[in-house]
Order: sequence, then C-alpha cells, then structure tokens
Amino acid sequence: MTPFDDTSGPNRPTPPPDPWAQVGLALVLLAVDPAGLRGLWLRGRAGPVRDRVLAALAPLAPRKLHPFMAEDALSGGLDLSATLALNTLQRHEGLLNRDGVLTLTMAERCPPGLSVRLGQALDARPGLALVALDEAAEEGEGLPQALSDRLALFLDIDAFGWSGSTDLALDMPCIAKARARLATIPLTAEALEQLTRVAHGLAIDSLRAPWLALMAARAHAAWRGVTELSEDDLRVAVELVLAQRARALPQEAPPDDTPPPPEPPEDDPEEGRDRDSQEPQIPDDLLIDAAFSALPPGLLARLQAAKAARAGAGNSGAGARRKSLARGRPIPSRPGKPGSGARVDVIATLRQAAPWQAVRRSARPDAQPGRLLLMPDDIRIKRYQDPTDRVLIFVVDASGSAAVARLAEAKGAVEIMLAEAYSARDHVALVTFRGETAELALPPTRSLVQAKRRLAGLPGGGATPLAGAMQVALNAALQARARGMSPTLAFLTDGRGNIALDGSANRAQAGEDATTLARAIAARAIPSLVIDTSLRPKPLLSELSAAMGATRIALPRADARAMAQTLGAALGG
Amino acid sequence: MTPFPFAAIVGQDEMKTAMVLTAIDPKIGGVLVFGDRGTGKSTAVRALAALLPPIQSVAGCPCNSATPDDCPDWAQVTDTALVERPTPVVDLPLGVSEDRVTGALDIERALTRGEKAFEAGLLARANRGYLYIDEVNLLEDHIVDLLLDVAQSGENVVEREGLSIRHPARFVLVGSGNPEEGELRPQLLDRFGLSVEVTSPKEIDTRIEVIRRRDAYENDHAAFMAQWQPEDAALRDRILTARAALPDLKTSNVVLHDVASVCLALGSDGLRGELTLLRAARALAAYEGAPDVTRDHIRRAAPMALRHRLRRDPLDDAGSTARVARQLAEVLP
Repeated sequence: MTPFDDTSGPNRPTPPPDPWAQVGLALVLLAVDPAGLRGLWLRGRAGPVRDRVLAALAPLAPRKLHPFMAEDALSGGLDLSATLALNTLQRHEGLLNRDGVLTLTMAERCPPGLSVRLGQALDARPGLALVALDEAAEEGEGLPQALSDRLALFLDIDAFGWSGSTDLALDMPCIAKARARLATIPLTAEALEQLTRVAHGLAIDSLRAPWLALMAARAHAAWRGVTELSEDDLRVAVELVLAQRARALPQEAPPDDTPPPPEPPEDDPEEGRDRDSQEPQIPDDLLIDAAFSALPPGLLARLQAAKAARAGAGNSGAGARRKSLARGRPIPSRPGKPGSGARVDVIATLRQAAPWQAVRRSARPDAQPGRLLLMPDDIRIKRYQDPTDRVLIFVVDASGSAAVARLAEAKGAVEIMLAEAYSARDHVALVTFRGETAELALPPTRSLVQAKRRLAGLPGGGATPLAGAMQVALNAALQARARGMSPTLAFLTDGRGNIALDGSANRAQAGEDATTLARAIAARAIPSLVIDTSLRPKPLLSELSAAMGATRIALPRADARAMAQTLGAALGG
Repeated sequence: MTPFPFAAIVGQDEMKTAMVLTAIDPKIGGVLVFGDRGTGKSTAVRALAALLPPIQSVAGCPCNSATPDDCPDWAQVTDTALVERPTPVVDLPLGVSEDRVTGALDIERALTRGEKAFEAGLLARANRGYLYIDEVNLLEDHIVDLLLDVAQSGENVVEREGLSIRHPARFVLVGSGNPEEGELRPQLLDRFGLSVEVTSPKEIDTRIEVIRRRDAYENDHAAFMAQWQPEDAALRDRILTARAALPDLKTSNVVLHDVASVCLALGSDGLRGELTLLRAARALAAYEGAPDVTRDHIRRAAPMALRHRLRRDPLDDAGSTARVARQLAEVLP
C-alpha cells in the first residue's frame, strides 16, 4: 500500500541518536537558520534542565513574550507618559516589529488569537523566530496548531534529568560561518522529493512540514561545513522536524488516504523517479527508521488509540491540541456607555482623554483650569472573557445493553443538542464508553463538524464500563473548570454498569465504583443530568443519580427530538 | 520579495477560480477560504493582489478616490494628481483595535498642534480593493459587527470629539480560516459571496511540485518570476477582457429560472444566494468568453455561491458541498 511496507521489521539499522546531543544540535540549527526554521517547540517543565537549554540560547538575545500580553505590547503603540512629557508623539516599539528570537513562556496556555497573531508575524517577518516553551502537563494540552505547524523544530526535554544533561553552549563564530554558507547549499531535487515523500508517508498533511525539514537539512549541512546535502542531513531533518508531526505510522495507510492516484498523464523525464515510489526505496527506509527512533515516547500508543477513535477523514490530533477560548480573565476594555452592569475602566478612560486635553481646553476656554475635560467618547468599559462559558460533556453509553436503536436515538439527541450548543456558543465534549474502556472521544470544542464526525463513527455493542466513563467525564469536567468554563455532565445510559474501574467484569465492584464516582461528582458540585435510556427503568440508576445529585429523566420511548428537548429544558436552555 | 505568482499555485482550482471571479465582478462580495493548515491560503490572496490590474487614484487621498471630486473634505487632499496604484490589499490582523479599523483622531496632531484631524484607518485604505482577514473565525465579535455594517453600507462613519467623518469603504472581503478552530457565525458566513474549501493535496507528485516551486521561488527568485510572468499577464488580460464583456452578457429567462429553482431546492436563506449565484455564473461566463450564461455556468458556480448558505441540518451527515451537488443533479439535470 505504501512505500514503507518493508520497514516494520524488528531490525532497524539506525541506532537511536544520543538524545542530549540531539538537543544541542537542534539549538545549533536554530541559530544557523532562524529565518528558515522559524523556531523551536520546546516541551518540558520549567526547571534546571530547561534553564540549561535556555542559557544556551542567550547569545541570540531572546525577547520574552507571555500568553496574556496586551496587543500594543506586541504591535507597538502610543507611549502616553513619554508623549505627554515631551509633547511630541512617542511610540513604543512592539515586540513583533523587530527581528530576533522571541521566547513564549507558558505556550500551552496561549489563546488561539495570540497564536494566530504570532503565526502571522512569523509569516510576515522572516527575521523573526519563536521558541515556544510548552509546559503542558496533561494529555490534550500543548501548543496551538497555528504555531506547531510553523515551528520546524521540536524537543521534549522532560525525560532528561539534571545528570542526563550537560551544559550547552553555542559556538557563535562557527555558527556565523555556517550562516554564510547557507545560501550556497542547493536544495537538490532528490532531497526535496525524499523529504516530501517521507512527510507524506507519516501522514503529515501540512505542506509546511516538508519545507521546514528541507530547511533543517540545509542548516545541518551548513553546520557541518559541506556544500551539498547528504543522507546524514536528511536524517537529522526527519528526526528533528518530521518525527513529532507524524499522524500515522509509515506502514499503515494514512488515515484519510484516498486510493493511489492515477498516474499523471504527462511524462516528464524528471519525474520518472516518482514512478518508482510504489517500490520500497532504500534511502526512504533509512529516513523512516530515523523517524522511528526519534518518535516521542508514547506516540506509538497514542497513534493506535487515535486510530481506534478516528471516524473517517480528518486528523484526530487537531482537536486534542486546541486551546480553550475561555479563561475568565480581564480583556482589553472597549468604548461603551456605563450602566447596565458595565464597569468603567477608569485608567483606560483617563488614558483615552489625556491626549485631547489641550484641544478641548482651547474649544472651551471657560472650563475650570486644572480640571480634566472628559467626553462621553472617552469612557472605556471593563470587559472579561465570559467566565460562564458552558461546556456540555455528553457521556454516551454505546454498550450492548443500550440496544442499538437506543444508541441511534441518543446520537440523534446529541446531534440536535450540538446544533443548539453551537448557536448558543457553548462548547461540547463527548465521552463514549463500551467494551472495556471509556474515552474522551472529543475534548471541549465548538466545532460542530468534529463532534458530528466523532459521533457518526461511534460503534455500538460490548460491556458497560460505566464507572470508567464517569471517571473520564469527571476528569474532563475538572479540566474544563480549571480553564474557567462551567461544565455540565449529561449521561445517556441504561445504568447497567458491569465493568469495574480496574477493568474486571465484576458487576458488584462495578456498582461500588460507580457509586464512589457519583459521590465524587456530587462533592465537586458539577451539575449533572442522567437520561435513563433503559426500557424498564431500574432503581439502580435512580440511586446512582441521587448519589450524583443529578436530575434523572426516564425516557424509555423518547425519540431523538423529545430527548433533546428534555435535555435542553433540564439544562436551562 | 515580490509575491508568489498566482498562476504558479499548484492545484486549488476552485479557490483560484473564486478569487478570479471576484476580481471580474467585485459585487459578488468576497471569498471565504476554509481549510487545512499549510495549503497556501494566504499565499493565494497575496498572489491575487499582485495579479490584479492597477487602479487610478488621487495621489494624496487616504481612501484611494478615483477623482479629486470624490475625495472626502476632511482629508484636505492637496496632491490631486491621478496616479496608478496596485489594487490595495489590506490585512486586518487579529487583535486589531476598533480605532485602527475605522480610523480615529490623529493623536500626534492633537498633541503637537492642538488640532482635531482624522487619521484614516484600514477601511479607508481598503477602499476599491481587498480587505483580507486571516483566521477570520477568531476575529472578535465587535470587530466582526463593525465590518458587517460597513460592508453592507459601503461607507464608514466615525464620530469623535464632535467631528463626524465619513468616507466610502467599498472592498472585497477575503477571509480564510481553519474550521477546526471554531466556526464562523452564520451572519458573517452569509456576507461572503463565495466560499471554497481547500485541502492539502493528497497525491505525492502534486505535493512534490508544490515544494519544488517554493524552492524555485525562494532560491531562484528572479528566474522563477520571469518564468511565470507571461501566464500571470495572460490571466490579468483575461480578467480585464471579462470585465469589459460583463455588461453585454446575455442572461435568458431560462437561466434566471434555473438560478431560482436551485436556491429554492436548497432552501438557502434570503435572496442574497440567488443574486450571488447569478453574478458568479455571469462572471464565470465572461471569464470563459461565452456569449451568454448557460446552465453549465450555473452548475459550476453553485457550489461556491451556495454551500455556506444552507441551513444547518445536524441530522444530515453529508457535507454542504455534497448537499449542493445532490440538489444540482436533481434540479438541473
């Protein structure tokens, strides 16, 4: 199916590179060609190891950014105090308006607006490069895609202890020489095609990836002091640029691969090489091995899990990486009228009025001297990101006992609710459970498209790991709350849990576990709702609902629309 | 560095056609490009800007007026010479302040000379050109509302410090975004004349060609630009010819009937869909040098003119493109 069928064997010739040397190499490449590589995504908690990495970057004189920086700090703006003092216009320069290296701390908390803004700045200004410090602790956190797609290099330094690392120092004179060599190294057609093919084989959709890999290969060649790209340069590029972007293992078909395209009609002799791409190629194999050995730990397992959850087309990692929009924090004030609950931002209002005092005074000579002349237009209103951003977490029972027809109706109800949540600008998340596991099939999102995709691909049948599902849902709710959202849990189940938390098919233990979790949900005051989908409601589920403090609604015969109406009413619209 | 040549963009035919159509008839009302990362959405917008024929405008006018009479009084234009300028393509960055969009009083002049003078904003600069919003789905709601108002009226009105300032602001809105980061409000969706969906090319040869051209563009710039210049020039001529042909294009009653029945079958809200479909089909016919608009033009323009105007149906699994195609097959066999 793919050119990489033969690489799955256990004997991989390339030994894994020395991991810490790899860290040093990535920093060197970034220093050699910041304009081509655009930056580094550095994953790791703040600590001495990360400090070692950052210390090495010091010669590049990075400027610091944080996720909640005001717009005028980024793009520049009026420096009011200096302007008033000097009586001529004084601007302060925005961080994004100068070439150089920026470091973004707490990059995992970077709101989508800022990440896109930074992405645009990187595109517009080739002299800018970004080091994103991602301190993600949880699966599902991470760098927003607008950035991860643009930054060539990725390093995960959480695995390194203090003793596993050494001090790093950039050899700036050598780097300067390498920089001078950069433009003289041609990107050969072979290298270009090979890296594009490897990226394709790893199911990396974005076309930025192969380009960034080429830039990394060139920077590596320049660093080595040679004038043309070699196998070694490509290997490094694959390890540092392509490996962490992999969306599928090379030996499996990419998730939304269409059948092999028909041969292109024109017969360009230069493209004759590509005809062979159905055959395994030795250099490609080596590169794929390099990707294998550089895959971040746990990626293989994650890909397998993602594959199971993936319904049809689309790259499943996208939603999981996305940051929440809501945070319940103050955002820049806006012009407005006081009253109707709005609070005046006094400082912003004064800042707005200050430059106009001389003009206004000349228009109103009778005004009392020394008094501030305010106009209604000056008034600025405080704004906060809505802290009551809701997230509805649907917990859908897809087990055998919730018969197939019920599952279809539950899906229908969730879809209607999704459409309503979409119009109300709510977030939705989806937890599904069947067989032995419960999983967060969709992290909180506003994307109707994604939610529908996940839901449509949900299979039915198997045992009922209700307790596990409650645990996943509880975690999702707590995470959402930590991000300033108000979670609500909606269970659609018949309540006949028969798999305990430890995965054993022990009905009694399963019931106990479910009750424990129900109490945990109640203790954290997470509003919840249970839709009993069983044909003959059992006391079991009403007891569980009571322990959870949930509203229980028995809907033995309700169709999707009735179910959605009830849900909507119970959730207060 | 000069922008990437429009003609050199590999594939993405629907996106390129939609952009060309709005260049032929700006009244179509803008393009929304939604799709994957790294598919060259913004490259295409910048390329289009470089491709478009220049406009004649008054040298000193902040809103690109075509004649000295059109210049707004507040601008106090002194240099009224007519000059040729590239079609303006103005970026609207995320996080932009209202003042920068609409224009505001000039703080420097207020402080240094004690004068109240208006400093034009992005809307003035985009007049008679394009306003490009990357990641339009992440734009703040109040900026979106403001843009909608101006796009509707074609005029920007600012009232500050007792001054009331107005100027024409007619522009083609081009928005791009990634639907996975949040969807666009239906109210804004509807304002875009055309919408296209772009995906990364799946064929390896196409992907290699994309990277190959990027290499040539970046590393052999002059030769690459020279190589594509004739094609871009031919395309520009074709756009100009189509513009000239547009008023004389015949539209039969049968065609009008077809347009109405497609929109009716799809249940697209309001008359905007019908008008846009008709305009897009006419522009397409003019682009192809056809003497009159045919059913085939409607069939091909319908997906981009209508796919974003369908009522959301959560129970219909097919995407909106598929729904348009289904109805087209039924209504216009």
